[in-house]
Amino acid sequence: MSRTEAGFDDTAVVSARGLKKRFDSFEAVRGIDFEVARGEAFGLLGPNGAGKSSTMRMIACTSPRTGGTLRVLGMDPQTHGPAIRARIGTVPQTDNLDMELTVRQNLQTYGRYFGLSRAHVRDKAVELMEFARLSDRADDEVQPLSGGMKRRLAIARGLVNDPEVLLLDEPTTGLDPQARHLLWERLFRLKQSGVTLILTTHYMDEAEQLCDRLVVMDGGLIVAEGSPAGLIEQYSTREVLELRFHPGTQTRYVSAVEDLAERVEVLPDRLLLYTKNADATAARVSERDVRPLSSLVRRSTLEDVFLRLTGRTLVD
Amino acid sequence: MATDTPRQTLTTPVRATGSVVGPWRAMALRMEVLWSWYRRYWRANLYSSGLQPLLFLGAMGLGLGSQVKDGSFLGGITYLQYIAPSLLVSGIVATAVNEAGHPVLSGFKWKQDYVAVVATPITPQQLYGAQLLWIVLRLSISAVIYGLAAALFGAWTGPGVLLALPLAVFTGAACAAPVMAFAAVTRGEGHAFVALNRFVVLPMTLFAGTFFPVDRLPGPCLPLVWISPIWHGNELVRAVTLGGLSPLPALGHALFLVAMLVTGMLAGRRSFYRRLVI
Ligand SMILES: Nc1ncnc2c1ncn2[C@@H]1O[C@H](COP(=O)(O)OP(=O)(O)OP(=O)(O)O)[C@@H](O)[C@H]1O
Ligand SMILES: [Mg+2]
Repeated sequence: MSRTEAGFDDTAVVSARGLKKRFDSFEAVRGIDFEVARGEAFGLLGPNGAGKSSTMRMIACTSPRTGGTLRVLGMDPQTHGPAIRARIGTVPQTDNLDMELTVRQNLQTYGRYFGLSRAHVRDKAVELMEFARLSDRADDEVQPLSGGMKRRLAIARGLVNDPEVLLLDEPTTGLDPQARHLLWERLFRLKQSGVTLILTTHYMDEAEQLCDRLVVMDGGLIVAEGSPAGLIEQYSTREVLELRFHPGTQTRYVSAVEDLAERVEVLPDRLLLYTKNADATAARVSERDVRPLSSLVRRSTLEDVFLRLTGRTLVD
Repeated sequence: MATDTPRQTLTTPVRATGSVVGPWRAMALRMEVLWSWYRRYWRANLYSSGLQPLLFLGAMGLGLGSQVKDGSFLGGITYLQYIAPSLLVSGIVATAVNEAGHPVLSGFKWKQDYVAVVATPITPQQLYGAQLLWIVLRLSISAVIYGLAAALFGAWTGPGVLLALPLAVFTGAACAAPVMAFAAVTRGEGHAFVALNRFVVLPMTLFAGTFFPVDRLPGPCLPLVWISPIWHGNELVRAVTLGGLSPLPALGHALFLVAMLVTGMLAGRRSFYRRLVI
C-alpha cells in the first residue's frame, strides 16, 4: 500500500452542480449542489425516497446522471466510469454478495476485478476478514451467515482496492449495537488514514459520530447543509422539553403551552417544546396545570433538525 | 512538515490499488471468477451438459437404431453414425440455451452478481463478453466429453469429428448470444425460458434433420427448417463427418450462424448495458 506518498491534494473529491436523476417520468434527484473534500466524512440524510441512494449510485458511477455536472476524483463518471470505479469502494444499500462462495472467496474474487494479483488479494482477504471480524468464518459459505455478518462482509469487500473514497449506503442498518460501534470505530480509523467517506444513514447518532459535514435531502433536493453542531444551532434550539401524553390526547395541550416555546412539534404521543432553557419551561408548564404522563429535558439533536426540516422522524 | 502533525494524518493522500484492465483481461478475470464458482458446483452441471446427450445417443442410436434397418437415407452407415453428429449439435444447443437463460437472468435478479461486478472497473459489455466466452468454454468441455464417449460406441466414421466438435460449439454460441440478450430483457420469474425451450428449441430440434432428413417433412414445414440454427449446424456437422455437402450451401449455413452470433452479440451487449446501468 502506498498511503504514505508525500503531497497533499485538497481538490474536491466529489463535486456536483445541479445534479439530477430522472427515472422515466419521475425525477428522484432534482438538481443538487455539493462538494466533498478529500479526507472528509460526508453524510446524506433524508427520509425514505429522498434520493439518497440515487445520488450515491451516480457518484459510484453505476447510474448515469440525467442533468447537471458531476466530478469524482476530478473525472466525469460519464466518460471515465471504470477509472473512477477502480479507485473507489462501494457498499450498496442491499448486499449483493455471492451467496454460494465462501467469505474468503467473495473478497478474493471481487479484488480480481480491480486487476489485483492473486497473491495480493489472498493477503488482502485475510486483512479484511480481520477488519470485519469474520476470520473464524473465512471458509464458510456466505448464505448461512447472519445479516450483520453479511453487512460487515459487504463493507470489507468495498475496501478490497484500498479505495480513496468509500461510499456507504446505510452501512449499519441491520447491525446490532455492538457491531455498529465496532464499525464506527473501523470507519473512523479509515478516515484517519485519509479515506474520504460518503455515507447515508437513518441514524442521527451515526451521523453525529461519523460525519464532519452533512446534507439533509428531501424530495430530491438538499434542504440543509452543515456540520452536525452547526445544523443543530441553525435549525433547533439548545434544549428540548418532551412532554409525553396518552397517544391521541396530546393535541389538547398545544394551545396551553404554545407560547412557552419557540416552536412546538406534535408527535403521536408527545409534544416537543423547543426552548433555550427547558427546565424553566418545564416549571412554567406545570404552573399552567398541564400534567403530562412524564416529561424529559434534553439537548437538541440532529433528530430535531430532521424533524424541523422534513416533518418526519429520522427512522420511519 | 513535521510541525502540523494532526492535520497531516488527516490529509495523508490515499492511493487506491485498483486499476482498469483491458477488455480481454477483464473478460479473463470474470471467467476466472466463474471458474472458482464452477469448481464448487461442477458435479450438478456435468450431468445436464455432458451426460444427458450421451443417454440420448445410447437410447436413440443403439435402441431405436436397431429398428431403423437400412433406411434409404443411411447409405451404408448405421443409424447411430447418422444421428451422432446431430445429437451433438442439439445437445450443445440445449446446453447453450439453458446456460444463457436462467443463470443470466439470475445474475441480474436473484444472485445479482452482475450488479456487484459492474460496480468494479468491469463494464457491462465486458461482463456480457465474458459470460458468452464462459458458455463457449462450457460447451467445449461438453462437446469433448460427448465426442470421446460417442467414439466408444463407434459413432464416428472418421477424423471429421475433430471439425464437428468446434462447429457444434459454434452453433451453440450462435444460439447462446441472442438468448442472453433475451434473458437481459426478461422481467418475470423465468417462465419465459420454459416457453422458449418448449416452443422454440424443441420444434427447432425436431424440424432440423436431427433424427431424419428434412426432405421427409411436408413442404410447408420447410421454412421452419430454414430458420432453425440447429438445422444449419446439423448440415455443417454432418458434412464434415459424413460428407456430401458442396461448398456453396456450406458457406450459406455458416453465414446464417455467423449472422445470428453477431446480431445476438450486438443485442446482448446493449441489453446488458441497459439492464445494469439505470
Ligand atoms: N430504478 C428506479 N426506477 C424508478 N424509480 C426509482 C428507481 N430507483 C429509485 N427510484 C425512485 O426514486 C426515489 C428515490 O429513491 P432512492 O432510493 O434514491 O431513495 P433513498 O433516499 O435512498 O430512500 P431510502 O431511505 O428508502 O433508501 C424513490 O421514489 C424511488 O421510488
Ligand atoms: Mg436508499
